Amino acid sequence: MSQLLTVAAEMENPLVPPIPELVIGLLAFVIVFGFLAKKLLPNINKVLEERREAIEGGIEKADAAQTEAQSVLEQYKAQLAEARHEAARLRQEAQEQGAVIIQEMRAEGQRQREEIIAAGHAQIEADRKAASSALRQDVGTLATALAGKLVGESLEDHARQSGTVDRFLDELEAKAEAVR
Amino acid sequence: MSADPTQVLAFETDCHIFQNSGCGFPAPGLHSFLFEPLWGDHDSNLYFNKPMLLALLGSIIIVGFFWAAFRKPKLVPGKLQMVAEYGYDFIRRGIVYETIGKREGEKYVPLVVSLFFFVWMMNLWSIIPVAQFPVTSIIAYPAVLALIVYVLWVSLTFKRHGFVGAWKNITGYDKSLGPVLPLAMLIEFFSNLLVRPFTHAVRLFANMFAGHTLLLLFTIASWYLLNGIGIAYAGVSFVMTIVMTAFELFIQALQAYVFVLLTCTYIQGALAKNH
Repeated sequence: MSQLLTVAAEMENPLVPPIPELVIGLLAFVIVFGFLAKKLLPNINKVLEERREAIEGGIEKADAAQTEAQSVLEQYKAQLAEARHEAARLRQEAQEQGAVIIQEMRAEGQRQREEIIAAGHAQIEADRKAASSALRQDVGTLATALAGKLVGESLEDHARQSGTVDRFLDELEAKAEAVR
Repeated sequence: MSADPTQVLAFETDCHIFQNSGCGFPAPGLHSFLFEPLWGDHDSNLYFNKPMLLALLGSIIIVGFFWAAFRKPKLVPGKLQMVAEYGYDFIRRGIVYETIGKREGEKYVPLVVSLFFFVWMMNLWSIIPVAQFPVTSIIAYPAVLALIVYVLWVSLTFKRHGFVGAWKNITGYDKSLGPVLPLAMLIEFFSNLLVRPFTHAVRLFANMFAGHTLLLLFTIASWYLLNGIGIAYAGVSFVMTIVMTAFELFIQALQAYVFVLLTCTYIQGALAKNH
């Protein structure tokens, strides 16, 4: 202890640094600075930079995905609207077409009905004409036969040749027309 | 009683209060900061003592820690890397970017980070069991660090501003001061160029010196009072030792922080435009 005290007395000033300790202090610091500055801090800086980029890259990717999703959504919405529009248009068209078809069917039905009626009328007219001519013939025959019996000779050939019966019947018809 | 080179305790242990052996309180003093060489001898100026051992050991611990954390850093950090990154980021963003700025400061980050952890480690030795001596309470260690910083900022000043500009920067040349200018320049010259490195080193040294002395005082007192009625006082002293240890833990980090903060301020001042 006393020796230390004497040393302390010799080195009165604790603010005067001894050379060997300065050297060791410098050496110790240079060791730390050398390792940190040359190797370890550049190492970690690189990784920190990579990490920052990775995070920013992730954010960019997410942004891109967001934008894409948005555009796809827009596209779907547009398609949906278009589909709705198309459906409405088709319905409208179908209604119009239906109306036209009904109209046509109706016209067709009308036409067919009229045709049938016309055919019926023609048939009736034809039948009437046939009946009338048959009747006329029969009446003529009967009348001449009756007149022949009354006269006593056959007038048939003569009547037929001269067309008397027809003329008579025409006159009758004309009278009937006149009465009517 | 002669000093034993192998002595590991800071004081003699065979003396208590109320003993009639004639010994007194072995108060701590300047001699508490002197160490017998472990190797070599004082007179030849070629020796190796405990603070030197602690300084080199501290360097190895710092390098070892960062080697383990940053040798193969991962994108997704493990626990150790996370802690080291936090410390690194604190110095980089919290001190360097804040004072010097990101663009200019980036270059000095390795120096400031090394300085901070070096000083902190050297301070921490104060409360690490068995070592229990802050290396920075020997003026040589803060002095060499302050000298590095001094050389750096002075050379930066001359490089940045040229010869005349550098002197204007150092002396705080400002025409608007008028007749006071010569006096102001003289004060600035003294304050910046001569006193600054001294205060930079001594601030750290004195804090650690005082801290260690306080710890020693209470530790020695706890032991010395351990006799008879003194035991009660020994308890108080021991509690004080614990409290002061906790306080030292805080002061050690704070002084390391202050040291590098001043370093950054000096560098910033050297790089700043003349006004």
